[in-house]
This record gives sequence, C-alpha cells and structure tokens, in this order.
Amino acid sequence: MTGGLAGEPELDRDRFVPRAGLIRGWVDLYLTMFRVAILNNIQYRVANYFYMIGMIAEPVIYLVVWSTIARQQGGAVGGLTSGQLAAYYIVWTLVRQMNIVFTVYGWDERIRQGELSAMLLQPLFPIHWDIAFLAGWKLVTIVMWLPIAVVLTLVFSPALNIRVIDVAVFAVAIWGAYLVRTMLYWILGMASFWTTRAGPLFQLMFTAELLLSGRLVPLSLLPDWAQRLADVLPFKWTFGYPIDALIGQLPAGELIGGLAMQLLWIVVGVIGVRIVWRIAIRHYSAVNG
Amino acid sequence: MAGREVLRPIVLAGRFFRIGALNELQYRANFAIQVFQSAIALGTGLAVLALVFSQTTELNGWSEPELLVVMGVHILMGGVIGMVIQPNMVRLMEDIRRGSLDFILTKPDDAQVLVSVRDIQIWQAVDGLTGAIVIVVAVAQLGGAFGLGQALLFGLAFVLGGLTIYCFWLILTVGAFWVVRIDQIVELFEGVYQSGRWPVTIYPGWLQVSLTFLVPIAFAVTVPAQALTGRLTPGTLALAAGFAIALMAFTRWWWRFGLRRYSGASA
Repeated sequence: MTGGLAGEPELDRDRFVPRAGLIRGWVDLYLTMFRVAILNNIQYRVANYFYMIGMIAEPVIYLVVWSTIARQQGGAVGGLTSGQLAAYYIVWTLVRQMNIVFTVYGWDERIRQGELSAMLLQPLFPIHWDIAFLAGWKLVTIVMWLPIAVVLTLVFSPALNIRVIDVAVFAVAIWGAYLVRTMLYWILGMASFWTTRAGPLFQLMFTAELLLSGRLVPLSLLPDWAQRLADVLPFKWTFGYPIDALIGQLPAGELIGGLAMQLLWIVVGVIGVRIVWRIAIRHYSAVNG
Repeated sequence: MAGREVLRPIVLAGRFFRIGALNELQYRANFAIQVFQSAIALGTGLAVLALVFSQTTELNGWSEPELLVVMGVHILMGGVIGMVIQPNMVRLMEDIRRGSLDFILTKPDDAQVLVSVRDIQIWQAVDGLTGAIVIVVAVAQLGGAFGLGQALLFGLAFVLGGLTIYCFWLILTVGAFWVVRIDQIVELFEGVYQSGRWPVTIYPGWLQVSLTFLVPIAFAVTVPAQALTGRLTPGTLALAAGFAIALMAFTRWWWRFGLRRYSGASA
C-alpha cells in the first residue's frame, strides 16, 4: 500500500506495518478466504447438509450393487469383501467432498459477466482465490462429514483396518487430490474462452473420470487394459488413491509413491494452467477489443 | 362434455409442446448436444452393466438382458421427467418465490394443470427415444414370447409410474409455499433417481421401502420393468394403481392447501 490520498487511515497504518511481500500477501489472502468460506458455509449449513446427504445416494447405490455380487459369489468380488467395499464407499463420501473444485461451467459466466476483468486487476494469480475459498469451505465440510460417516458405518459395517501411517498419508493425499483436480478443471474450464458450447467436452471428461478414477468402482475391478489406462491418467490420484491410502493397507512404498505422483500431476497442472491461461487471456483481450 | 374435461390437460400439453418446439427449433445445435449427451450417458450405463456382468452372471435373479430392460425403462422415465415434470416444477418453484404465480392463477384454466404442462423441453425426447430403443433391444434379447398383453401391461404400469413421480414432485414443490427456497431438491432427486438403474429389490429392506413409498422409484421404474420381464404380479399392479390414485387425490388437496398459503407478489 503506497500512495493514495493524504489523511486516509490506511496511510497512517502504512508507517507501522511493513510492506507485505509476495509470500505475506498469499498468506493473508489464504487466511482471509478461509475465514470467509468457513463463515459462508456455516451460514448456509442446512442447505449444504442437504447437498451432502444427496451425494450419499450415489456411493450407496454402487455399494449395494457390488456387495450383492460379492455375496452371490460367496463373499468377495475381485478379492474385495462386502466389508472392504463398504469401507471403500464410506471413505468415498469424504473424498468426493474433497474433489469439489470450481465448476467448469462457472467459467462461462465469469467470462460473459466480465468478472474476469476484475480478477485480472488483482495482483495475485486468480487461481489462488478459488483454491483458498474452496479449501476453507472444505474445512467445515470435513467436520460436517463426521456424523454422516458414523451413520454409514453403523448401517453398512465396513471392515476397517487402519494404521497410523495410513491416516497420515490420507490426510495429505486428500489435499493433494484437491489440488490435482483443481488444476485439471481450471485447464478444462478455460475452454470457455474459445467456445460457449464446451458442455460436451466437459461431459466427456466427466465420464472418463467417472470410469477411470475409482469413483464408480474400485479400480481393481476394472479389466486390465482399463487399469493400465488409468495408470497414465491423473484421475486415479484424485479418487481411488486417497481411498486406498486409508483403507487399502498399501505398503509404505506405494503410499509415498502415490503422494509423489500427486505432486507430479500438480506440477504438470500448474504448468498447464500457466500456459493455457497466457494464451486464453490474449484471446480474451482480443475479443474485448 | 365430461370426456372433454378429462382430455383437457392432454390438449393443453399438446399446445404447449408445439410452442416449446417452435421456440427450441431456433436452437438446433442444442439437438446435436442432447444427442451427444444421451449417447455418453447410454455408453456409461452399458459400460457399468458390462463391468457387473464381467464378475457375475446374474444380479439377485436378474439376468443381463433383464437389467438392460431396467436400464431402458430408467432412461425412458428419465426422459419424461426431464421433458415435462422437472422443467415445470422448477419453473413453479421460481414463480412461487418471485410471486409471478399470479399470472397463472388469473387464467381461466385449472391452475394445477397449467403449472404442470406449460414448460416442455423437447430435446429431452432424445432420452425418451434412447430409452425406448434400449427397451426394444433388451426385449428382443430376452427372446421368448412377447405379446400385446404384456405391452399393454407395461404401458399401464409406466403411466401409473409417471403419474406417481409427477405427484411426488408436485408435493415437494408445493412445499415452496412455506419454505420458499427448495432448489436443492432437484439435485437430491437426481441423485436418488440413479438408484432406479437397478431393480429396487436388490436394496436392503429399509431402503426398498423408502424407494417405494418415500421416493417412488419402484413404481416409476422397477414395476414397469417387471411388466416387461414377466415378473409383475396382479397384486403389485393393484398396489401401483391404488398408490397412484391415492397420491393424486392427496396431491390435489395439497396443491389447494398450499395455494391458500400463497399470497402473491402484490398482496
């Protein structure tokens, strides 16, 4: 904060507070956005709770179908028992919440309504707003999720066998998943700079993700070729991997390796966001004259 | 005279359909997009079925072609909901919230009929068509004798199921007279509706009861699918008919009760 009109209160404060550096600016932004998002989420808690409960229908359906098959086959399908499937789909509900990122459909509005122009005036790269706001939102969501998890556990009696390291890796991996998915959907959402009919493109991506992330079924139930395909795509690091990290009793190598893969995809995503953003912004300015 | 009264909703729906069609035909690219989306949804559904049957030969007594029937009915009913029921109910919620329901109440026709048929999304018919094709293919795969009787039974069960779902939606929407903001129920319903992709008999008891009487997915999808796969007992059909009639009577009363609560934008 420099300059401005003499006598403004900020000027007085400026004498005592050192000028914020870039890092300091980030920290301030994140802390403030956390606070805003938390208050916002608490304010609409009833509506949000309905939303969360509505989201439970999906995993319960998958769980019932696959447990039925497991029971018919004498207790297990593809090596997974009903109890393990229950554990998978209960953790699923939290990972699904962590997966919520700024919607690709929101880009259309940002561009059409000119919100983007305001974003461009901010000194920080706009992705930080989205990351910070939704991260704060999730802090409340995690707390709200706990009672749901208790109820689901009582109803579906999952087989839980969790080590300390699993919990530690899971606690990191859900945030890694959030970042991977944020980058992915930022890049995809920016397609709205070029077309107002990006809907089919988004849907193709959603479908690929649904099938190859572990959201629909644990990846081990997919045919071999599909599993190999999932290995080279980012999706499984946003869904199947965090769940397996907590309940899959993965060896330490795989646990850490998974985090490394998340980091790799985050880096790739950041580079992708930067490149696409630069081209997109040039395009945006051109349209506006 | 009485006959014309009964047909009135259908005539009105036809008129509104024509208006909707004329309006939407301006945006023909939307048709291509809808076809694409339906194709993706169908592909996903088929992939899931293939996945299930790569691990087993039957699901709770239902073979693969039989589950394909269920999927077809699910898509078809989803098309009907997306074409007629949901757009009208969403618009009704909006009108109640903004007070513009006044414009409907001043018209000479029955208000409940008007709010139920005035908005028709014609491109959703693509989903209906997809569902119908899936049903035909699945029934052909089933082999065996498929007679006119079975087709009529299916038609009856499907109409009853559609009416039940319509009543369910209107009952919830009328709740907007008290709660004002209930747009979340659209997503809630879409989530729960996915359960109909499978016969409700596979769900645990408490869930089965909920999916039959609380959210009538069973009557909307499973019962018509039972008619096509030779599983429908007279008892189930009678229950479906009785439930639909009772629910329609209740919905009528509930709608009037809610209207008394509505005090318009200007009042």
